[in-house]
Amino acid sequence: MSDTVALARKDLLLELRAKETLPAMLLFVLAALTIFHFALPRGTSDVAARGLLWSALVFTALLGLTRAFVAEREQGMFDALVLAPCDRSAIWLGKALSVVAFLAAAEVVALPAFAAFFHGLGGRTIAAVALADIGIAAVGTLFGAMAVAGRARELLLPLLFLPTAIPIVVGGVGGYLWFLALYDAIFAVLAWATFEYVIAEA
Amino acid sequence: MIRGRGLAKRYGDRRVFAGIDVELADGDTLLVTGANGSGKTSLLRILARLALPSAGSLELPARERIGYLGHEPLVYRELTALENLVLFARLYRVERERVGMLLERFGLWEARNERTGTFSRGMQQRLGLCRVLLHEPSLLVLDEPTNALDAHGLELLDAVVEEPRALVVATHDPARFARRATQRLAFT
Amino acid sequence: MKLPALTTAVFGAAVALIFFYAPTDADQGFSQRIFYFHVPIALTSYACFGWGAWKALRYLRTRDERADVESYVAIHQGVVFGALTLITGSVWAKASWGVWWSWSENQLVLFLVLFLFYCAYFMLRYSVDPGPSRANMSAVYALFGVVLIPVSFLAIRLSQHFIHPVVFNSHGPQMTGSQFFTFCVALVAMLLLFATLYNVELAGKRLDAHVRDLRELLT
Repeated sequence: MSDTVALARKDLLLELRAKETLPAMLLFVLAALTIFHFALPRGTSDVAARGLLWSALVFTALLGLTRAFVAEREQGMFDALVLAPCDRSAIWLGKALSVVAFLAAAEVVALPAFAAFFHGLGGRTIAAVALADIGIAAVGTLFGAMAVAGRARELLLPLLFLPTAIPIVVGGVGGYLWFLALYDAIFAVLAWATFEYVIAEA
Repeated sequence: MIRGRGLAKRYGDRRVFAGIDVELADGDTLLVTGANGSGKTSLLRILARLALPSAGSLELPARERIGYLGHEPLVYRELTALENLVLFARLYRVERERVGMLLERFGLWEARNERTGTFSRGMQQRLGLCRVLLHEPSLLVLDEPTNALDAHGLELLDAVVEEPRALVVATHDPARFARRATQRLAFT
Repeated sequence: MKLPALTTAVFGAAVALIFFYAPTDADQGFSQRIFYFHVPIALTSYACFGWGAWKALRYLRTRDERADVESYVAIHQGVVFGALTLITGSVWAKASWGVWWSWSENQLVLFLVLFLFYCAYFMLRYSVDPGPSRANMSAVYALFGVVLIPVSFLAIRLSQHFIHPVVFNSHGPQMTGSQFFTFCVALVAMLLLFATLYNVELAGKRLDAHVRDLRELLT
């Protein structure tokens, strides 16, 4: 557990120094909500608002996930982490925790902005967003590690991630909290069990 | 320490090497030479437990007893030297005191609070050596360790090499390690 | 050599049954016969994905390169059958409702999701260099696929009202005896077709490996 915390802390420290991912996510989500306002005919935006929110959140998460393993990729750090005798699942959990932190930070801005731009927010939506963050981080961290191993990299992650994220959008738009919790549980266990194969040959 | 029979490495249809035997006892030094792209790095990655051989049988020490230095120093550029080593000390379950000791030994103590991205290539290589020695490995696997080291850095490296432990070195400068070498492996 | 012959025989029998034996549906008329292709193809596609995931699990346990190739071939066939499912489903939708696509048909939507998911499997494989890492990632992705099938199915059920004419329900098939018999023969024919194609593609891959080994012996 202390490994996980140390690795997550490292990611937050890196972001604090580089200040790249979080500002990009914040600007992206605001720009996306603004575009959605113009993309819809007058009067329909309130009806479609929840769909807009979830589209914006999933694509913003995708932006963050694309950056999640940049430090590891550029400096060959997967090798360093794989060499260490710690549990490889701790590497997944540490990264997933830092991704949840980034998502939460982006949503602290995005949700009030959404409430102001369109219509108010219910407690149910906030709970759904929190549950969705866990699922997005669990799956996205694993697929993110896969994507950086490939030549296509930034191109590959959306292709891997979006089909698997469709159930999250369904659960979010429909407000099915139990379904989101089920999704989180299933995919977190699967990602936890398989992550070591993604980053290590041996 | 290492016992490998008939080791081979293949990536898809591309064969890197085949039929390599390696036998290394405690205190032995294996010198691996050959041109770029001949398979030195592939073999070293297998011996460091970073890669699996495509064929052959292999016995290796446990991960926590191996130290591997590749072409990259394997440190985070946005973290300071101290932060990097403290992180790895945690992952390797090593006392923090050792971090300070190693930074002193490799002449990086003054620069410990600077981001490693600002380091010269030689300083990064010395920091890489610190990381590798952090957990006092009994098998050291070094891939072109003389890279970017200046005269002082090379002296520090020589001292590391002299320490009693099993050693695998891939190098273009075999003369430097010739005195310690007990086995040689030349890739063509 | 027996399998291709058996496949041809059963497939021929299935086609004959579908066009000459099965009764014409009272509501949907002749076009309902595409059901005997569409549903067996869809079920076969699931079987391919399931088999691919099973082989993926075998690979992760044994690290046997052959299991990796078998998993890849099964998923490859699954995507081919999946594409056929989308096409036959689309034709059926056009014949029944006059539209090429209906978001209210859950199975079809699920296949669209799976099709997207498994196409990314090929992108992943072609993007990573061959070797143990690629085999590991492919295997992990294949395992995510079989878990995603029921999760996506549930999600799609949740996302819409169920208006598609259900041929099966929880009380068992509503088909008449002759319809059900035709359906079963068609399903067996499709599964045999998968087994044959799987063997053919696998034989090709093995041949490639043999050629490679021979070439290495010579050099």
